[in-house]
Amino acid sequence: MFSHLLPEFLVERRSDRCIKCRVCERQCPNGVHHYDTELDLMFSDESPCVGCQRCVVFCPTNALSVYPHPTTYRPNASWTREKLQDLKKQAETGGVILTGSGNDKPYRIYWDHLVLNASQVTNPSIDPLREPMELRTYLGRKPDTLEVEVCGDKVSITSRLSPNVPVETPILFSAMSYGAISYQAFVSLAMAAKEFGTLFNTGEGGLPREMREKFGQNAVVQCASGRFGVDPEYLNSAAVVEIKIGQGAKPGIGGHLPGEKVAANIALTRMIPEGTDALSPAPQHDIYSIEDLSMLIYALKEATNYEKPVSVKIAAVHNVAAIASGIVRAGADIVAIDGLRGGTGAAPKAIRDNVGIPIELALAAVDRRLREEGIRHKCSIIAASGIRCSADVVKAIALGADAVYIGSAALVAMGCTLCQKCYTGKCAWGICTQDPYLTRRLNPEIASQRLVNLLRGWSHEIKEMLGGMGINAIESLRGNREHLRGVGLEGWELDVLGVKGAGE
Amino acid sequence: MAVSCARYGLREMFLGGVRSLDELRSRLSIDGQEAEIDARDLVHKEINDLVREAALAGARKITLLNVCGQRYIGTRLFLPQQDGKIEIHVYSTPGNDLGAFLAGHRIVVHGNAQDGVGNTMDDGEIVVHGRAGDIVAMAMRGGRIFIRDSVGYRAAIHMKEYTGKVPVLVIGGTAQDFFGEYMAGGIVILLGLNLKPGERHHAHYIGTGMHGGVIYLRGEVAPHQLGKEVGVLELDDKDRRLLHQYVGEFARHFNLNAESILDGRFVKLMPVSKRPYGRIYAY
Repeated sequence: MFSHLLPEFLVERRSDRCIKCRVCERQCPNGVHHYDTELDLMFSDESPCVGCQRCVVFCPTNALSVYPHPTTYRPNASWTREKLQDLKKQAETGGVILTGSGNDKPYRIYWDHLVLNASQVTNPSIDPLREPMELRTYLGRKPDTLEVEVCGDKVSITSRLSPNVPVETPILFSAMSYGAISYQAFVSLAMAAKEFGTLFNTGEGGLPREMREKFGQNAVVQCASGRFGVDPEYLNSAAVVEIKIGQGAKPGIGGHLPGEKVAANIALTRMIPEGTDALSPAPQHDIYSIEDLSMLIYALKEATNYEKPVSVKIAAVHNVAAIASGIVRAGADIVAIDGLRGGTGAAPKAIRDNVGIPIELALAAVDRRLREEGIRHKCSIIAASGIRCSADVVKAIALGADAVYIGSAALVAMGCTLCQKCYTGKCAWGICTQDPYLTRRLNPEIASQRLVNLLRGWSHEIKEMLGGMGINAIESLRGNREHLRGVGLEGWELDVLGVKGAGE
Repeated sequence: MAVSCARYGLREMFLGGVRSLDELRSRLSIDGQEAEIDARDLVHKEINDLVREAALAGARKITLLNVCGQRYIGTRLFLPQQDGKIEIHVYSTPGNDLGAFLAGHRIVVHGNAQDGVGNTMDDGEIVVHGRAGDIVAMAMRGGRIFIRDSVGYRAAIHMKEYTGKVPVLVIGGTAQDFFGEYMAGGIVILLGLNLKPGERHHAHYIGTGMHGGVIYLRGEVAPHQLGKEVGVLELDDKDRRLLHQYVGEFARHFNLNAESILDGRFVKLMPVSKRPYGRIYAY
């Protein structure tokens, strides 16, 4: 069928700079650039261009520019270019519009309407360069009371303690499975987590056997509806076991890793035959209620000899506070909440852009509800989705999170440009692809260093912000809304966030 | 702690009042490689504490008496440092998730089992001398399960196999709806031994979303009972050899005559595609 679609990007080549080295041609997995040997000229066909900027970055003479295509329909606030293009694509294919990465629609980003406090005169600020500043966070259930026994000069704790896992900074890598991302990207996350003393999350694609001993103690392993790669050794090699109920980018639906991505190694790690669709059903079929969830939580605790915290990850949806309360009562040690802007390797765009609620509101509502019920200490809360910088981390913790998951930010650190074409399996940056020609581009030594640098930079900034508030331990900030004020928010929004307006 | 629980109504789901091993040790008797545990009034954690204790002390055959609805029996036996697998005999009614994540051990139930038998089981064998509830063998990836009588809903859902590790589920009676849903691998044999002559199997939506593995059905089933992702095939020689092997094992466990079972009419259900949902997306 003749396609009515307009190209998304315009590729401009300055011929006075182009030296016909053909780097752009080799770097582009979408076949945009082409060298004509007879004419000795480079040509570009922009229609397949996804705007990933790989060719621009790698052009040695800065001859290329790629930017959104200026051709547009008659401007229309309701029928935008994107709406028309998607509609036409569906008219041509009859399919579900897929997309990758996180929700890009202009929903209010509450981080940008919250400002932080700092000490002035009445209490001193702290200089983190000269004074100790504690970012270490313990994830897991805390006891109701701490009973100690003093025997001579020896003090011992007599309360029954639940397993807790320390992280050196309250920033964890989100669930991204081997299969969704390349082996190189997966290993890079693991290496960075190990080096920095934090955790990465395997997603539901399993943990390759050869990584278990070296990286298990920095892994959150998922047990999701497809149960891919879940065996007793996998569960026992991890630091934390996470039950995945939902994902912010696609609440309420399952996942399909298409058969063509299930190559030999992925098949082995997921423990399914090669070339088979890896279908994750929408619900976990042994969990139709909070009671059933409890059953799986304790099944996992039994399977790991009660040595590991069990996390339950949900998407932020309506009534998230009541759901989280149920999860804690079901026995979860960690509740992970993934909001409206959470990323994905592939999701129907209709779901990604329209289902769920912003993490800031969800997080504040959950934290408040658990406090009101007196069970906040029974779990740690990990907030995820759209954490872009250290200030977002600080604000999340002040709204009640113990730690945050970063997914998109980690990918961007490795090279991702959020072109949203993860589902095509043709990632030019070697991250979200299984094509060996492309995955070779990502060197885990270098990519993990970028990730460690990011964690180091953010951690420094968090310490500076804490010091400015006169706080020297991250736990003193947790749920401490007095350090937040809202700007440009309505009354109901301030109420849900539990935050005063600026100046109040 | 008591105060806060009363005030906020938080019940420690399963761990409230769990007794320590020292308090329970009288329930356990070990004689060389054999151990016996009186499970009367114990909660699941206490039972598994004792089972693990017995296993670590060298017991290889553990008998559980007076079991009544306690969950997760056999789940806490991932013991990579231990040699040899353990055989657990359960009298008489274990609770949900019997042998969940089972790491290669053998469980024999002398009675009925409840929901979730062999949930995400990795390897080993479970034999139930009775019936079992819902989601038998959910996401099972290895080992064998033999159920003498019928099973409930969603049995064999999302079973899977890889590189020669093929789970096997044999059910003597019939099953309820969504039998073999989302199946991605493994061998499932449904014998229908308790059906009356001319009575069809009870399940609807058999093999809905199935994209791997095989179901052998003995007895009558109407086309409208099958999911649209499965095709019906006649047996070939390889199928007959498989059936001979697994029905033979089934018959030996329950003292039945394999030949007369194999005389019945079998059909084979296979997925029509490894990629049932490959064409619903616009790229």
